[in-house]
Amino acid sequence: MSQEKLVEIKDLKQHFKTGRNSVVKAVDGLTFDIYKGETFGLVGESGCGKSTTGRTIIRLYDATDGEVLFDGENVHGKKNRDEMKKFNQKMQMIFQDPYASLNPRMTVEDIIAEGLDIHGLAKDQNARKARVQELLETVGLNKEHAQRYPHEFSGGQRQRIGIARALAVDPDFIIADEPISALDVSIQAQVVNLLKKLQQEKELTYLFIAHDLSMVKYISDRIGVMYFGRLVEVADSDELYKNPMHPYTQSLLSAIPLPDPDYERNRQRFNYDPSKHDTSEEPEFREVNEGHWVLCTTKEFEQYKKEIK
Amino acid sequence: MENILEVNDLHVSFDTYGGEVKAVRGVSFELRKGETLAIVGESGSGKSVTTKALMGLIPQPPGRIKQGEVLLEGKDLTKMNERQLQKIRGRDLSMIFQDPMTSLNPTMKVGNQIMEGLIKHQKMSRSQAKKRAVELLEMVGIPNPKARINQYPHQFSGGMRQRVVIAIALACNPKVLIADEPTTALDVTIQAQILELMKDLQHKTETSIIFITHDLGVVANVADRVAVMYAGKIVELGTVDDIFYNPQHPYTWGLLGSMPTLDDEESELFAIPGTPPDLLNPPKGDAFAARNEYAMKIDEEEQPPFFQVSDTHYAATWLLHENAPKVEPPESVQKRMQGFANTGASEKGDNA
Repeated sequence: MSQEKLVEIKDLKQHFKTGRNSVVKAVDGLTFDIYKGETFGLVGESGCGKSTTGRTIIRLYDATDGEVLFDGENVHGKKNRDEMKKFNQKMQMIFQDPYASLNPRMTVEDIIAEGLDIHGLAKDQNARKARVQELLETVGLNKEHAQRYPHEFSGGQRQRIGIARALAVDPDFIIADEPISALDVSIQAQVVNLLKKLQQEKELTYLFIAHDLSMVKYISDRIGVMYFGRLVEVADSDELYKNPMHPYTQSLLSAIPLPDPDYERNRQRFNYDPSKHDTSEEPEFREVNEGHWVLCTTKEFEQYKKEIK
Repeated sequence: MENILEVNDLHVSFDTYGGEVKAVRGVSFELRKGETLAIVGESGSGKSVTTKALMGLIPQPPGRIKQGEVLLEGKDLTKMNERQLQKIRGRDLSMIFQDPMTSLNPTMKVGNQIMEGLIKHQKMSRSQAKKRAVELLEMVGIPNPKARINQYPHQFSGGMRQRVVIAIALACNPKVLIADEPTTALDVTIQAQILELMKDLQHKTETSIIFITHDLGVVANVADRVAVMYAGKIVELGTVDDIFYNPQHPYTWGLLGSMPTLDDEESELFAIPGTPPDLLNPPKGDAFAARNEYAMKIDEEEQPPFFQVSDTHYAATWLLHENAPKVEPPESVQKRMQGFANTGASEKGDNA
């Protein structure tokens, strides 16, 4: 994994107006980098803004404030059609629900080739067909599947089609928004293995959004924990699991049930109580240990520093 | 321990245009007083259909219970008519559904929904029932229950709604509680609270629980015994330690291997290849044979019977036959078995 930044997210904000005077601050000041070739996992509970973050990065939503730099260039802001296309080719997304994210009226071939058509990547019909067949095989489907419709496939197979579609335009960066949570356990492992294999072969960078922490730990190099629209902790995945510092991360980790009865009998759960924080000043994102960032106040920062030893 | 519920050779089928879908193909188990039996399996393995059959909730037609019996304290529920069943549902046997958003009536106050069963089954007056409803809400940990019973479901969060559903299910002190993926729709922290609550209430009320889930972490947390289902059959049955530390069926190996543990690194996840069989035409032999790397010739020809591993532990796989070759389970499963041999044996007793 290089230390070269592929995506830089700077003070990103996404607010939704829900009424004349009410605003939902779904994402409220997010700053983090994603390095080339890594998998960055984003976890948090439902409603914490993790999906909104993914969708704002790829500009499915226009950001309220802040910027997203991809290879040094801002994704947001005024852009003409050609400039947008360039980003759209480099960034792709895999969606959570494989039933809702594929057009039921299109054949698999047309679904996968849509990106090729838009970006003019296939010279002629034969090249288009060949590329689709190659993609189907890459994701573990048969080339005979190209002429079928989505309803003829199981959930796991559909998710593979979604992955093939994302890969069609040769992206550098893929945002996977809960790509496995709608799948059965045995199928989840197939899809995760496929994503890992593709990453190695094609040098992809992933933003992996999920709430299943054990899967996130397994697939990610670094993890960011979100709580109410803000990041509360970012660290290498091992470091985060061994040494969680923010009380919310601790409570989240203590709540994951593990497939180990002995561990479960002796587990200790922590409840997160936001009112226990030091309120003498606005918390800031600070680097407590190398590469380990925590949202904290100066007082808490000193305390976390002591806990490392 | 005495058995409160016995299921013997249950077969449930659905008649569709495509033919007869054999959703449950001969399931037998017993549920003891005060225990939690977890049923695990993938979607389509028949776990929900099994429990719906216990409750008499299979829509007929297209469904039908082809064969088998469900004995609740000796009385066969499959032979009862709708009126008799209504007396039992909610009183002796109650159910918590997966989705708390859809299992409550949005047009009825929460209090009335809890009182319904009390008035019907326990012949309480409205004022008595109301008092009891407040107690129940308090018991499931909802703050300010007196005001809350006059609110509607949309005024509650997901976790709070599931607490209400639990309160309704426990209102008449049922002998058996069936929980069909009760925490799947909830966040992990809320899930942990609900599981804690269910265990706590079980201690107080001595209810037996059938817990359906596909999350093995949850199973390890709540279950005393575990039944693993595949393609409409139970393929392995044992105590929670048997299943997690000494699994015998290759499907169980696959399930355990496909979940990452927090301490293992980099090694590829063990994925079960392929997809479950079509139950319109279930395979003649072992239904898992096509996805099983350990499958032998006999697996394609004959369904394996249950082999006894220990007093508490049974598995339906030909690998346990005395003539079968010795096979090595996948590495991650071997690690589990080893860990158990070293540490688990001494602690095993105190969970009985």
